[in-house]
Amino acid sequence: MNTNIKRRVFLKGSLAAGTVGVAVGAGLLAPQAVMAAWPKGAFEAKSIEDALGASLGGKQTSASDDIKIKAPDIAENGAVVPVSISTGMGGVESVALLSAGNESPMVAQFVMGAGGIADVSTRIKMAKTGDVVAVVKAGGKLYANRKSVKVTIGGCGG
Amino acid sequence: MAKKSIKIRAKVKGGVTTVKALMNHPMETGLRKDKKTGKLIPAHFINEVKATSGGNTVMTAYWSGAVSKNPYISFKFSGGAKGDEIAIAWNDNQGGSDSATAKIK
Repeated sequence: MNTNIKRRVFLKGSLAAGTVGVAVGAGLLAPQAVMAAWPKGAFEAKSIEDALGASLGGKQTSASDDIKIKAPDIAENGAVVPVSISTGMGGVESVALLSAGNESPMVAQFVMGAGGIADVSTRIKMAKTGDVVAVVKAGGKLYANRKSVKVTIGGCGG
Repeated sequence: MAKKSIKIRAKVKGGVTTVKALMNHPMETGLRKDKKTGKLIPAHFINEVKATSGGNTVMTAYWSGAVSKNPYISFKFSGGAKGDEIAIAWNDNQGGSDSATAKIK
């Protein structure tokens, strides 16, 4: 039983690595110049911690109620879940949006530019019931808040 | 690509500009299967959205395929004025791109 599980994990891992390799080889992940700024590692990470490390440069977050997440308690359709994140914090550099139940939890990252105010909304896909995690980088520190969203029909895969 | 793939609404109120934009894009995750052939549909999604106004980048968004189809985005920034132009441009993972401009109302 135990070995079986390990074998599964191994297969999954090597398969994933294989597809990425093939995609790169075939030029599917082309124009590198365009993609240069895109934090690829963050979006391919399978855990929230890894995703944060790759996108915001830190894994430690402190919980903050100053981050407001607006999302439905129950999402009937996981393919379209409206989410809004806002915070009253000053000096926000970046806002990351993650969905804990997804294959790759990292959904989106918003980088504030000149005069940027940390108040963003978008619509995301959620594979299954889980937490929507908002991570705000302000003054070099990471703050996180989460909200549980119940998904009736998953929005990733078929 | 559709003729006009980005719709932008920008409004300034009390010194804060609220921008709302809708884009036309399939946003395929790469995990979905084609029902007829059973083959995976290759990932095709917008991975970078850049908004500029008055020569400054006001917001950059990096996305994965987990943003919904025909993505909607809204964000705010301070410093915009009535009549200023706001430009939004996106790039996707297959090399596609588009941009549009609108006047702040």
